[in-house]
Amino acid sequence: MDLNDLIEIAEKENAGAKPIRLRCCTAAGCLSQQGDAVKNALQQAVADAGMSDRVEVIGVGCMGLCSAGPLVKVDPDGALFEQVQPEQCASIIASLNGGGPASASVGSDDIPFFSKQHPIVLENSGRINPERIESYIATGGYQALYHSLRDMAPADVVEEISKSGLRGRGGAGFPTGLKWATVAKMTAERKYIVCNADEGDPGAFMDRSVLESDPHRVLEGMAIAAYAVGATQGFVYVRGEYPLAIARLKTAIQQARRMGLLGTQIFESPFDFRVDLRIGAGAFVCGEETALLRSIEGQRGTPRPRPPFPAQSGLWGYPTLINNVETFANIAPIVTRGSEWFSGIGTEKSKGTKVFALAGKVTNTGLIEVPMGTPLRTIVEEMGGGVPDGKVKAVQTGGPSGGCIPAAHLDTPVDYESLAKLGSIMGSGGMIVMDQSDNMVGVAKFFMEFCMDESCGKCVPCRAGTAQIHKILSKITDGLATSADLDTLRSLCEMVKSTSLCGLGQSAPNPVLSTLRYYPDEYQACIDGGATAEASA
Amino acid sequence: MAVKTLTIDGKAISAREEQTILQAARENGITIPTLCQLNGTSDIGACRLCLVEVAGIPKLLPACVTRVGEGMEVSTDSERIREYRKMIVELLFAERNHVCAACVENGHCELQDLAISVGMDHSRYDYMNPKCAVDITHPRYGIDHNRCVLCGRCVRVCDEIEGAHTWDFQGRGANTRTISDMFVPWGQAASCTSCGKCVQACPTGAIFRRGSTVAEMKKDRTRLDFIVTAREKKQWIA
Ligand code: SF4
Ligand code: SF4
Ligand code: FES
Repeated sequence: MDLNDLIEIAEKENAGAKPIRLRCCTAAGCLSQQGDAVKNALQQAVADAGMSDRVEVIGVGCMGLCSAGPLVKVDPDGALFEQVQPEQCASIIASLNGGGPASASVGSDDIPFFSKQHPIVLENSGRINPERIESYIATGGYQALYHSLRDMAPADVVEEISKSGLRGRGGAGFPTGLKWATVAKMTAERKYIVCNADEGDPGAFMDRSVLESDPHRVLEGMAIAAYAVGATQGFVYVRGEYPLAIARLKTAIQQARRMGLLGTQIFESPFDFRVDLRIGAGAFVCGEETALLRSIEGQRGTPRPRPPFPAQSGLWGYPTLINNVETFANIAPIVTRGSEWFSGIGTEKSKGTKVFALAGKVTNTGLIEVPMGTPLRTIVEEMGGGVPDGKVKAVQTGGPSGGCIPAAHLDTPVDYESLAKLGSIMGSGGMIVMDQSDNMVGVAKFFMEFCMDESCGKCVPCRAGTAQIHKILSKITDGLATSADLDTLRSLCEMVKSTSLCGLGQSAPNPVLSTLRYYPDEYQACIDGGATAEASA
Repeated sequence: MAVKTLTIDGKAISAREEQTILQAARENGITIPTLCQLNGTSDIGACRLCLVEVAGIPKLLPACVTRVGEGMEVSTDSERIREYRKMIVELLFAERNHVCAACVENGHCELQDLAISVGMDHSRYDYMNPKCAVDITHPRYGIDHNRCVLCGRCVRVCDEIEGAHTWDFQGRGANTRTISDMFVPWGQAASCTSCGKCVQACPTGAIFRRGSTVAEMKKDRTRLDFIVTAREKKQWIA
């Protein structure tokens, strides 16, 4: 396999495309609404109409607007059909032949939900067939890996990533280039690459979607990273709740290996890189990097104190580079288009784009990718279409580790620093919109219950502290609390935040602290009035 | 051997570079409360009682796993730390059923000593009153989960010193339980050699010698130390 072979595969793939192409979403969201039946019905209808010579139906990954699924898009320049039912498929095919309008509802892809996006990570999502490597290669796939191996020294690759300003997309926003440089500097007989795909925040599905829609992109990013830091073995740690992502990754790894794009002597160079899957068993804490590494080692997934950081001593004591799915998905485009192109997007300190899973009380829910620094208002009101009948009250970002941002701050640009200033975090990209019917104490209690259940139980503040915080919150929502309980709550939150061992415990109080900061009267109202409030989020 | 100089609570001290803040403090007669730490076993930084402040670092650092550094200014006894420690101990007492008056360890218990040293007279938190089992299937020893603080000392002593790895944890959060083998009663745990090291290691009355009654269970940590360090200290060549 060399560059010419790649180009040949791409040309063949593009030449084989038929004049009309129907793209059916076959990612988990649409599949859960009979997306596969729609795809089969379309294929059948094409055959029945005798149009197989010029129409093809392909399964693609997520197109983003999950609330309107199953989605079918007609290429080139055709309609976007929403909420397609299998019965409507014959009429869709007939409409292509001038047989009158289709019975399926036609959406528009010229709405802000799509037009305000800036897809990099998701540029292939919903366009290519994630189960065929040729489909990825046809978009220029694996050329970045070829370019790195053939034209760049490992140090050049690290330098390029550093210059791009890319920061880790898993939550904390650590500079990716710096992490790579650290692992690259370590001298060790073995090094590892780990892709963290243990996405666990309630309501977040960015990584799942990327893996289901464009798995090769992640593998290519990992391979480039391996070359840059000198690793030969990689693991993708993906949660067991993502069977489709696991299946597609497996297929992708096999295909890449068969073509000599993974395995030994990649592109006939001396570079070897093998990737294996490790399936998580459902513990949220295994998204924490040291717990994840222990889990890969076959041990109980509990965090350990850092330092030493995984970059120095990770899997089985060897230097390990661990990045999340979205971070790896950014690598190939940076190598192909250059660090300058990438650093031209976003804000001064937060470069590039970020994928968000927009959920809650908004008209359009689904996945969006926007440049860093996009105001929250643009995302929620323009792209999300606002709250169906009502007003935005708050936006929760960062999942159980994040905080609630009140509507008054909707003009805040979304970047690492601005969100932190408001007491929330970027996190992995969950974004839940709340309206006036949501009670903030209930929201805080919902997230605290999640953290309490997911605490690994190793350190006292998180294990016993979250349980006590939850108990106090329950007292408050049950109308049994006094003002003294509020003080206990506040001090306990501060303590759990400052003394817990890992990020889970350190950030668990954030939803409580941020709602205490912005909605103290809702807490007070529960205490004064004995009101009962439950999360409706 | 490189040596670092630092100050702990204003006292200038020197320490070997591989030493932890805790070891350096102890060598110099400065007490930092600990619970999960046990000489001779690996340090896991789990109980968070040994947290200290280091000038210039906003985070609190666990003294048992943090190495000394040149010029470090450590303080172990600030108002904030004292309050947090007290809260941790109160949380532990509220978490399970620590009824000292009916405990085999009463009077010799590390948790009790901690409570006294942090000046705790009651817990400000509600008692959780969980239902916990008592396992006395082992012929010589028993484990009372009501008293367990999940410090992991039994797990480490069994794995790292005895090499049996009978103990481990199952479950998450407040439901975490110390279990023997693959969650069988201790008496049926085939890997247990009945050496009794976990009995000595356990800081509370959770693991005890059968037949002990209230306040009779006294533990001897020096024997564990001896097993680990006797060779290098040549203690058996009398
Ligand atoms: S903070 Fe929570 S999850 Fe993290 S080590 Fe402590 S108990 Fe485990
Ligand atoms: S049984 Fe004792 S030594 Fe073991 S974890 Fe519980 S308190 Fe610690
Ligand atoms: S003694 Fe250091 S954390 Fe327990």
